[in-house]
Amino acid sequence: MPLDKPYMDVPGTTIFDADMSRLGYHLNQFCMSLMKVENRARFKANERAYLDEWPMSEEQKKAVLARDLNRCIELGGNIYFLAKVGATDGKSFQQMAGSMTGMTEEQYRDMMVKGGRSVEGNRYVGEKK
Amino acid sequence: MAHISASVYTSHVPAIGAALDLGKTAEPYWQPVFQGYEFSKQWLRDHTPDVIFLVFNDHATAFSLDMIPTFAIGTAAEFTPADEGWGPRPVPKVIGHPELAAHIAQSVIQDDFDLTIVNKMDVDHGLTVPLSLMCGQPQAWPCPVIPFAVNVVQYPVPSGRRCYMLGQAIRKAVESYDEPLNVQIWGTGGMSHQLQGPRAGLINKEFDKAFLDRLIADPEGLAAMPHIDYVREAGSEGIELVMWLIARGAMSDVNGGKPPTVRHRFYHVPASNTAVGHLILENN
Repeated sequence: MPLDKPYMDVPGTTIFDADMSRLGYHLNQFCMSLMKVENRARFKANERAYLDEWPMSEEQKKAVLARDLNRCIELGGNIYFLAKVGATDGKSFQQMAGSMTGMTEEQYRDMMVKGGRSVEGNRYVGEKK
Repeated sequence: MAHISASVYTSHVPAIGAALDLGKTAEPYWQPVFQGYEFSKQWLRDHTPDVIFLVFNDHATAFSLDMIPTFAIGTAAEFTPADEGWGPRPVPKVIGHPELAAHIAQSVIQDDFDLTIVNKMDVDHGLTVPLSLMCGQPQAWPCPVIPFAVNVVQYPVPSGRRCYMLGQAIRKAVESYDEPLNVQIWGTGGMSHQLQGPRAGLINKEFDKAFLDRLIADPEGLAAMPHIDYVREAGSEGIELVMWLIARGAMSDVNGGKPPTVRHRFYHVPASNTAVGHLILENN
């Protein structure tokens, strides 16, 4: 019997469950390796070569190289792991989160200062705004 | 015997730690956040416990995908602030309380909660930011801290009900410890926030305020709230709020005592991507 996943109809949201975790295992473990300063240096020196040391899919590697966090998440990445890539790039959590919304950094920051994204119209996929 | 005197609840946003470490607390953006903790810092100076039992979550720091314990108790003598990728925060190391931690592990496991015992663990912003908010920038933290890590990274995280019951088992464990220690329990994380995907930046003030109200007055009812309500209403990372129910479950009114006194309540939007919530409840 398939497991109940009541969170599949939340718009713009991927829940990092056991299936996603399995899919993203090597991608996330690569991210984890960037917690060591010497690995950050090696990654920065040659990103592609460093990624090739990991048994990740080509799609996952390309998504990392493009810093396409939405694609990384689609391929099993988790934001707390992906944040290590952002940290290596000197990005803040706000810059990383904003990069997934289609907004500019300034637009996203302004939205947060004004109280954030409203939940109205954002509860269910296909809900009228 | 040991006892729990109070519980503290607070968000643990990493940017708050960065603002403090980089000397930005007086900037207009951050000033209202830190203002909300001025009372709390004085309160903690006046009510310094012997031990803080600090419920937090690890953010892919000590625990990678190699091991994902649902509940993990830190039994080490000390814990080093972690390098999360930006370099370690310049904060004091965390001194543990191995004797009380081992006692709590033994009691709580025999009460049917299968804790993972951790003798070596670096601690990330989830643990150090609450200490910074409550203590400022001291040379050493004011007392020993028992880190208690909850998995809220990989779904499913423990249910609110499970967390609330665990808090009750922790209270019982503390109260059976022979030494007359004054213990505080802190629940951290939240409030509404989402860090991923096109819905990133979600904030739900109505949800957060109702959560604070119910945490004070109706924790049992609040504990019945299913995961999906947190995700849908408070954002995918808002699920961290289940950790507050561990601290709340450890308060004495849950066990037939008097209702706690609300010593302080604070709410502010935003800190980076997140709504900041904070409560101090004292046992009576």
